[in-house]
Amino acid sequence: MKIVRISNAAIQPDQELAALTGLGGGALASFTGIVRDDGGVTAIELEHYPSMTEASLYRLIEAATARWTLLGAVITHRVGIIPVGAPVVVVGTSSLHRAEALEATAFLIDRLKTEAPFWKREHYADGSAKWVEAKASDEARAERWV
Amino acid sequence: MKLVYFATVREAIGLSSEECHVPQDACTVGDLVARISARSEEHARALHDLSRLRFALDQEMVTGDTLLGAAQELAIFPPVTGG
Repeated sequence: MKIVRISNAAIQPDQELAALTGLGGGALASFTGIVRDDGGVTAIELEHYPSMTEASLYRLIEAATARWTLLGAVITHRVGIIPVGAPVVVVGTSSLHRAEALEATAFLIDRLKTEAPFWKREHYADGSAKWVEAKASDEARAERWV
Repeated sequence: MKLVYFATVREAIGLSSEECHVPQDACTVGDLVARISARSEEHARALHDLSRLRFALDQEMVTGDTLLGAAQELAIFPPVTGG
């Protein structure tokens, strides 16, 4: 069970993860990324590459299922304008035992951050906006999985 | 070939996509990007530093030394920042 979804509307983590229950596993691990109130940020804006995004997320799930024994994996990413406090991304996996689900979930979010075609812009209360620069720390985390 | 731009590259060039004739002597992604950067001052500013750019050829991430082959679409963008 592999599900990838790009959403223009608000996402509810519980709903996105519902497909991972009832698969017979003993473990469900997930990560939810939330818009942080970083120095006056009121919202972020997510741009993506529509004809590539879903395929690239699906490839990440394929890589995770090749590496760990998973019963299911879900990635949902919101795009457009997203207010502070709202979920941006939900990643979840299920497996028989916890180690696989925990590691696969970390793998998926780490690799998503450096490989999936999304770009983030921060919006501030004064109406200004600024593109977010890629972080070397994200690159280092993704490289742990190579 | 169709060129598509995202984020800071799209804004600097002022276009989200455009068509481009691939010159016969442009073999790699890097060769073609060097040609495209000669199109205007905006292109030059957006594309001058290859180390700050990332590329996708027919929706697959590639590096600057990748051969263009028969690809239909080249995307040029800054390092990704999703999640």
